[in-house]
Amino acid sequence: MPPDRINDRTLFDAVIIGGGVIGCAIARRLTLDGWRIILLEKAHDILDGASKGNSAILHTGFDAPPGSLEARCMAAGYAEYLEIHKKLGLPLIRSGALVLAWSDEEEARLPALMDQARENAVDNVSLLSAAETRKLEPGLSSAIKASFQVPGEYLIDPWSAPHAYLLQAIANQAVLLRDCKVTGGHFDNGQWRLDTSQGVVRGKIVINAAGLYADIVDDRLLGKHDFTIHPRKGQFIVYDKPAASLASHILLPVPSATTKGIVVCRTAFGNLLVGPTAEEQDDRQNAGLVPETLAALRQRGEEILPGLAHEDVTAIYAGLRPASEFKDYQIHARAGQNYVTVGGIRSTGLSSALGVARHVQALCEGFDQDRNPLADPIWPQVGNLVDDRDDKRPRDWQCPGNDGIVCHCELVTRREIESVLSDPLAPQSLAGLKRRTRVTMGRCQGFYCSAALAKLTHGRLKHPMVEGDSADRVGADKVGND
Amino acid sequence: MTDLPLHADVVIVGAGPAGLAAATELRTRGVASVVVLDREPQAGGIPRHCNHFPYGLREFRRLLRGPAYAAHLVETAKAAGVQIHTEVTVTRLLEGPALQLTTPGGLREISARHVLLCTGVRETSRAARLIGGVKPGGVVSTGALQGMVYLDGLRPFRRPVVLGTELVSFSALMTCRHLGIRPVAMIEPAGRTTARWPTGLFPRVQGIPLMLNTELLAIEGRDQVTGIMVRGADGQTQRIETDGVIVSGHFRPESSLLRTSHLDVDQGSGGAEIDQFGRCSDPGYFAAGNLLRPVETAGWSWKEGRAVGRAMAQSLAGQLPPPEPAAVVKPSGDALKLIVPQRIVPSDTEPALPRFQLRVNRAVKGRLLVSAKGAVLFSTAINALPERRITVPLTIIPAGASGPIDINVKEDPA
Repeated sequence: MPPDRINDRTLFDAVIIGGGVIGCAIARRLTLDGWRIILLEKAHDILDGASKGNSAILHTGFDAPPGSLEARCMAAGYAEYLEIHKKLGLPLIRSGALVLAWSDEEEARLPALMDQARENAVDNVSLLSAAETRKLEPGLSSAIKASFQVPGEYLIDPWSAPHAYLLQAIANQAVLLRDCKVTGGHFDNGQWRLDTSQGVVRGKIVINAAGLYADIVDDRLLGKHDFTIHPRKGQFIVYDKPAASLASHILLPVPSATTKGIVVCRTAFGNLLVGPTAEEQDDRQNAGLVPETLAALRQRGEEILPGLAHEDVTAIYAGLRPASEFKDYQIHARAGQNYVTVGGIRSTGLSSALGVARHVQALCEGFDQDRNPLADPIWPQVGNLVDDRDDKRPRDWQCPGNDGIVCHCELVTRREIESVLSDPLAPQSLAGLKRRTRVTMGRCQGFYCSAALAKLTHGRLKHPMVEGDSADRVGADKVGND
Repeated sequence: MTDLPLHADVVIVGAGPAGLAAATELRTRGVASVVVLDREPQAGGIPRHCNHFPYGLREFRRLLRGPAYAAHLVETAKAAGVQIHTEVTVTRLLEGPALQLTTPGGLREISARHVLLCTGVRETSRAARLIGGVKPGGVVSTGALQGMVYLDGLRPFRRPVVLGTELVSFSALMTCRHLGIRPVAMIEPAGRTTARWPTGLFPRVQGIPLMLNTELLAIEGRDQVTGIMVRGADGQTQRIETDGVIVSGHFRPESSLLRTSHLDVDQGSGGAEIDQFGRCSDPGYFAAGNLLRPVETAGWSWKEGRAVGRAMAQSLAGQLPPPEPAAVVKPSGDALKLIVPQRIVPSDTEPALPRFQLRVNRAVKGRLLVSAKGAVLFSTAINALPERRITVPLTIIPAGASGPIDINVKEDPA
């Protein structure tokens, strides 16, 4: 177990603020470089902000603005994921993508988009007629005009990946502090002293990966910010597993200026998702679901795949993209202050995270601190939540000694839950446990397993599922009295 | 699970009232090996965590609470020589019939001469209802609530709102009372309670406001629900302070195994498509209980399970008519939600399901018309509400009828 309490005299080589996919990837990178790292997350568990809800796609970056930092980070992140995923036990579903044109206007834009892909060094794209498209995807509406294929777009597990990055960092001596909010700090004598809700944290370098709060953290620590976060909400619908047979490729629309548009794709967990929307809002925390918008998403999904009309909805969710007023990522090193801001990672963070981490590492070299890359780092394997993997790695329910199924819809075993509850990244809340194991995320949404789960986690979650079930009494009486 | 056999005469999936009744009946009729599989640690099904009356009158002529009733079903089945195996999850239905299983010890397979599916129902989740707002803790179905309260004595909230007015919604109220949970309101989008009077008076008796014509717009909160936004009959939105939401009712068959199998699924019921013997599109498979339609009582499911068990014994003895040809019965129009069974085989053999079961999508008044090739074969008055039991005898289909049979409602002018 990591210490969720630290000695305030410990001087870390770098303090990373924010446990989203970006912070996790940076923690891994810098730890592998031999630095002593601490990662601070203000929520009960990591991946609680922008990284909570996304489309779970590993993008090639074919449609990124050529020459942009985003394009470079995506290319590097994509390449590194392919390189390391097996060593961390992470899945890769080689689905490929089709960019679909539904009108003559959209069809006319396909050649330019293909040129853009080639400019981004994604060369193996090919134009398909309506007939060729429907031959690949027989479930598509007959209204399809044309498409082009991007074979390198893949599906991944959006939570296991960042968990694996941070687990590797922790296995190699990085420290994680959760429920830890940075309230202020100053740089003095070559050192940062951060005030947090859990006391003082000291580090030589600060890396702000606070996602939806990046500008606020900059304000708090530097007294200024160079960009402003404008949260952009994306609502999604997830269909039950039988729907996944309706489409094998990731089905992308022709993008607009502001958004990649509504995607239809399988998920690594064998469902089918439709989304996201793109809605500007001020609230950085709450991503509200709107029934009318969800109904419109359903309708759009059915226009693309008519067979969806008969499929059940398993889940609905909304994510917030940490967009800024700039189109490109906002990654800035502050010379003389040993500080890097990693902001404005709008919507492509899952794909680019490992590349962003490499970029941040390069920037940190400017701070004149020694690197001693670990000669023989530990490579922990994350649990597998994906059926039918191409590497044939089984799920736990397919293995002897799993102690039985707890979550029937997602086939999550007692052994999997026990293992996660006692590992170095043990979740502190049900939300965290869901992201680690997928419990209650299936079609019944907890109808069958909530009781068993409440019993199993009794006294073991810092923020419990049910009243009076707290490991340390936090929130035990939060519902007030009657 | 070392004693789980590789083969049995009959394998039954689901150890609730329907599955256990069928198993007992099959043994009573001399079928040698009858194996019931359940994925839960205990057999008995949903009644295990319905710690209230009335159960067992039809089956045991005794008034029982749910858990005692479930235990009685299990004991009766075991006494009849039924083998019950818990913590066994069926992952796939295969032709043969055969079932792929996962057990705490790993993967297994079991084959059978006949398989009976009794996987029951669950409530429709908040997600599937596209309810807006955020996703804090404290939003649960009645099933989840009853599991927590009755099985484990855990309390997910103290002052929740109950969404829905079905029978199960009132059951949720009773469950709340069990642990001193005091609901602050009961919300119903329609203009009347779904469950039959006098249950509509029940919340008022308990001092719980019943809000009809009220829509749940959004759920608020972070770790735990802090409130909900509703829109009332007057079109005004209003915030209700609450720490939980019980999303009750809107039952749907737990048909995920069916949907990933070679068997036909009925779009209307969401469950198995069957003939009057409970036989599926693959005649090696049968189905009974609430998998056939949402939702009936435990007693009804028990009776249905017993009758389908009898039909399976007949089938094993070669005493059922062939499954084809069959008259396919389909509802038309938007008033009828479902009809079970969906296929009628011309036969003198006593059916397992002697009556068609229908449900309507909304309040309906008029005449129920049964027709074939455009000619009306039968008609009767209908005055029905959603979620209420409606049955008509199979004999409304003339003997020897084949080809598609249409059932619809000609509504009285409003």
